[in-house]
Parts: sequence; C-alpha cells; structure tokens
Amino acid sequence: MAVTTEPEVIHVRDLVVGFGKQTVLDHLSLDVHRGEILGLVGASGGGKSVLLRSIIGLIPKRQGRIEVLGMDLDQTTDQTARSVGRRWGILFQLGALFSSLTVRENVQFPMRENLDLSESLLYELATAKLEIVGLSAEDGDKFPAELSGGMTKRAALARSLALDPEIVFLDEPTSGLDPIAAGEFDRLIRTLQQTLGLTVFMVTHDLDSLHTVCDRVAALADGRIVAAGSIESMLECEHPWVRAYFRGRRARMPVPRLN
Amino acid sequence: MTASKAMDRASGSGATRPEERLLALDVQDEHLTLTAAGTWAGERGRELDQLTSAPLGGISSPKIVDIDLRGVERLDMLGAWLLERLFRRYTVGGSKVRFVGLPERYRGLLEQVHDVNQQMPSPRSQTHRLLNAFEAFGRMGVGIKDAFLVFVSMLGMLGCAAARALRRPKEFRLTSVVHHLYRVGWQAVPIMLLITFLIGCIIAQQGIFHFRKFGADAYVVDMVGILVLREIGVLIVSIMVAGRSGSAYTAELGSMKMREEIDALRTMGFDPIDVLVLPRVIALLCALPVLAFMGSMAALYGGGLVAWLYGGMSPAIFIARLKEAISITHFEVGMIKAPFMALAIGMIACSEGLRVKGSAESLGLQTTTSVVKSIFVVIVLDGVFAMFFASIGM
Repeated sequence: MAVTTEPEVIHVRDLVVGFGKQTVLDHLSLDVHRGEILGLVGASGGGKSVLLRSIIGLIPKRQGRIEVLGMDLDQTTDQTARSVGRRWGILFQLGALFSSLTVRENVQFPMRENLDLSESLLYELATAKLEIVGLSAEDGDKFPAELSGGMTKRAALARSLALDPEIVFLDEPTSGLDPIAAGEFDRLIRTLQQTLGLTVFMVTHDLDSLHTVCDRVAALADGRIVAAGSIESMLECEHPWVRAYFRGRRARMPVPRLN
Repeated sequence: MTASKAMDRASGSGATRPEERLLALDVQDEHLTLTAAGTWAGERGRELDQLTSAPLGGISSPKIVDIDLRGVERLDMLGAWLLERLFRRYTVGGSKVRFVGLPERYRGLLEQVHDVNQQMPSPRSQTHRLLNAFEAFGRMGVGIKDAFLVFVSMLGMLGCAAARALRRPKEFRLTSVVHHLYRVGWQAVPIMLLITFLIGCIIAQQGIFHFRKFGADAYVVDMVGILVLREIGVLIVSIMVAGRSGSAYTAELGSMKMREEIDALRTMGFDPIDVLVLPRVIALLCALPVLAFMGSMAALYGGGLVAWLYGGMSPAIFIARLKEAISITHFEVGMIKAPFMALAIGMIACSEGLRVKGSAESLGLQTTTSVVKSIFVVIVLDGVFAMFFASIGM
C-alpha cells in the first residue's frame, strides 16, 4: 500500500514524558500517516501505553509537540479539543466499558452525547456497529460483566467506532485472546480499516498482528523510536532490542499478509 | 405523468450550506430516482433520519428505484445504514433498487451494512400498570424473605467459621483482626467522641430548658444519665459505625468480588468467610462495645458541661445526683446491646458486600442497602431489647 505519501494524521516531535525522576519517553518523534495501520512495539513497561496516552492527552507531557489531525491539542481551546476527541476512538486494554450500561448503551453513549438522533435510529446504528464487529443483536442487551474476553474487546471496538472516527487507537487489542480469536480480530481491524478508511494506531505485542495487518511498525526502545518502517525493514534492523524482538526464538517465519 | 418533487432538508440547524439538498426525488412513470447529495454523516443524523423515514411521495410502488449517490461528499456508517434502510424499504415494496454512481471508496461500507440489522427487535409488550404495581409488591415480599435467608445463612456460616477457629486457633487470623480493630475501633474514636459529646450537650440543654418551666431542672441529670446509658450511647454509636465501618466493609468486599479476588481465594482453598468476614466481624464485636462505652462517657461529660455552663449546676452536684439517679443496671442494659448491634452490622455489611455483581452500579447499590439495612436492624433490635428489659424488670 502506497500510504507513505499521504499526509500525517499524528505528528509527534521531541516528546518527553516522565513520572517523578523517571523519564519514560525521551525526545521521541513519530509520524502516523493517513489510512495506515501502525503497529507500535516495545518492551513491557517501555512506555508504549504511555505514548498512546500522551497522544490522546491522558498523560501530560514535559516537552515536545503532539499534533493530531493537524491540531496541536495544547494550543486549542477546550471546544476544539473536544471536537478532535470526536474524531478518534480508543480501545482500552481492558475494554473500559461502562459496567452499569448494557453493551448497546455503551455503544450508543458517544452517539447520544454528540449526535442528535432518534431513539430508533440509535438502536439500529448501535446494533449495526455490534454486528459489524461480530457480535449479535442479543449481545447488545448483555452487561459488560457477562461478556467473555474476546466479546469485551469486540464491544469496546464497537464503542470506539461509534462516532465513525478517523483514527482508532488500539491498546493491545489481541492480548488475552487465543490465536484464532486474535487472528479474527486482526482480520476485523483490517476490514474495518479498509471499508471505513480508518487510520489505526495499534500498540501490540502480537508478532502475528504485526506481520499480518500492520502497514508499518515502529519499535520503541530506550524511550524513543529506534526503528520505523515495514516489517521487512524491521527484520533487517540492527538495533539490539529490535533484533532480539523480531529475530528471537519466538519470532517465527512471517505469516502471509492480509489485504 | 411527470411529477417532480424535492425533499428539502428541514430548515437551518447552523449548517454551512442551507440550500443544499440531501435527498431529491424524481418520478418518471414507474421509475423513481432518488438523488442523494452532500454530507451523509452523523452530524446531519436527524435530518437524514427524517428524510429517509418520512413518506417519500411520488408513486406508491415504483418498478425501478435508482439511488443516485454521485453527489455524496461524505458517507459514514450512519449514512450508509440510512441508504440501506431506504433500499430495504423499496425492496420490500416490490421495487428493484439500484445504487447508481456509488463512489468506489464507499462500496465496502455499503456492502458491510447490507448484512446488519436483519432481525428487527420485537416490540416490547405493554404491561398493565396495576399489574406492575402488584408485581413490584410481590417482588418486595420475596426480597424481604431472601434478605432474611441471607442473614440467617451468614449467621450460620459465621458460626461454622468461629467453630473452626476455636478448633484450630492457629488458623485464626489475629493479624487481620488487629488491623480491622485499628480501622473500625481506634480510628473511629475521635468522631464517635465528638458526636456523642454533642448529643449529650443537646439532651441536657433541651432538658434544662423545658424542665425549668415546672422547676424540675434538677431531674435533667436523671434524664441524661438514664437516656445516655441505656439507649442513646449505644444507638448513636451503632448508627455511626454502620455508616462509617459497615459501608467500608461492603465496599471492600464488593470490589474484591468484582475483581474476582474472592474467587481467587476460594480456588486457593480458603473460605472467604474465614479469611475476610470473620476477622471483620470480630473486630467490630470488640470495637463497638468499647466505642459505645466511650461514647456514653462523652455524652455524660457533655451533659454535665451544659448543666454547669447553661443550667448553673456545679459539677460536684451533677456527679452526686448522677450517682443517685443511675445504677449499674442502666449501664449493663446499654452495654449488653452493643455486641448484638456489632454482629448485626458486621453480618449485614459483609453479606451485602458478597452479593455485589459485576458493575460499579451494583457496588453502590449494595453499599447503600448495607447502610440502610444495618441502621434499620439496629433500631429494631434496640426496640426489641427495650421490650425485653422492660419485661424482665431491668
């Protein structure tokens, strides 16, 4: 996919984020292009989720610039920041579904707050989104506590797609899923990305996901992006951590790409 | 016959181009052409919904319906679903529906919504209002029965746990008891003293103020002494403990239940009653009588202070009159009640905590229930004890 010529939707420069004396991200720079699936890899505790959370504004940064959809969220008013917030969707690691609402109400929540829609249309749309991510209309009446791990991920994905966002942030979407379910989830993300024209920013540990769905991979080590590019270029990268990750014992032969 | 009718969007909702037509309609003989244009996306949701679900006019059952999408600038899932709904509406009516000029980038989206929402929800059956009221009443009765059963079963489980602890004292969790004793006992002392002190002050002030009218203000000492030792001390402290520590017990156990910590304990071969409930209840059993005693003293102190400052009765006289007015029986009546109150509060708090289900809302609900039930049971128990002591002449 020739996506590298497309404009950037996420633009991070010289980002420094830390807690107390610890610096987690040290002058990190990263670009995400429109319409691509970017996989972010890094050691556990290496700051992947911190980077994601800094981009969406949940963690304050110390230095640097973050632009999402061409807007620097520090410079804008609350109003604009909120309107940018409507153009992205986030799948949190544990789903973060509202436990006191049913799955359907969870999906309806962003739509109900941001759009002016009739109750019947809300119902149909929420069901449509649930069916698109592979849940049934009956699942919509369940509460989050009644869902399995895979269903929780799907329901959370449906909620993140509620407002037809341009960017979807996925924090370890396939963690905790069996390889078959993870593969299905990857395919789902691929399909949605193609049909809905999404840009996907995916934090992952799953080598299969990286091989099958990611257009580009960025490797985070020592608080910065040490390599970014196609999976092939990752395999050739000489950075010790990247080499250990992609050519270690657990990295197998590449799986055929999904298109 | 040529009829041309345009479905204009509802008048301005702050959109950029007010004259833009989202959906236009053109009928030629049996051929209907719907021309969609502009933004078919979430922010225009209500207009689009109205446009596509309103009776479209023209002829009732056209043979061919063309939906022209060349003018669509932006289409999201909402727009796609509304187009699909339009498609289904005419297909059901026996027309042949075609999408014309569909931009390539939206093809996948339309295909995707083609399969969704195949079964529409069955409309909810309307139930009778009176019937609903009866049902709610019946459920309330069953609820009371269930609550009683839960209470009794908790009592039984606690008894078994206590018996186990007696048989194998080594397995008894003394550290845990001490920890909870610190939290529900020691840390509660200041607030309990303050509240009961103030209550003592208020009782004495009211007594002096009203008894003075018929020159009986000296009897304030009797009233404060008997009321505080028999009823108020233990009752106020129990209610405070139910609100302060009972709610904490419910919330703790409830969130442990939510996060499957209780299940984890079970799988490791521990009984949550032994590990979590028994130490908490025992801590409460030890703490509440002490707190009730301290509270009673604080209330008497407050009463004496007000009698001195407001009623002009010197502390020496107050103490002397107090000695005459009260006996050890009054004190016993109060203190005997305290452990029972503690048991009731601890059991209700823990059993409500263990009934929490997966959601945050359920945690809040059970915590509320725990406090309300505990206070109710404390007051009922107090009444039962009052009748009991009256009939045995204490």
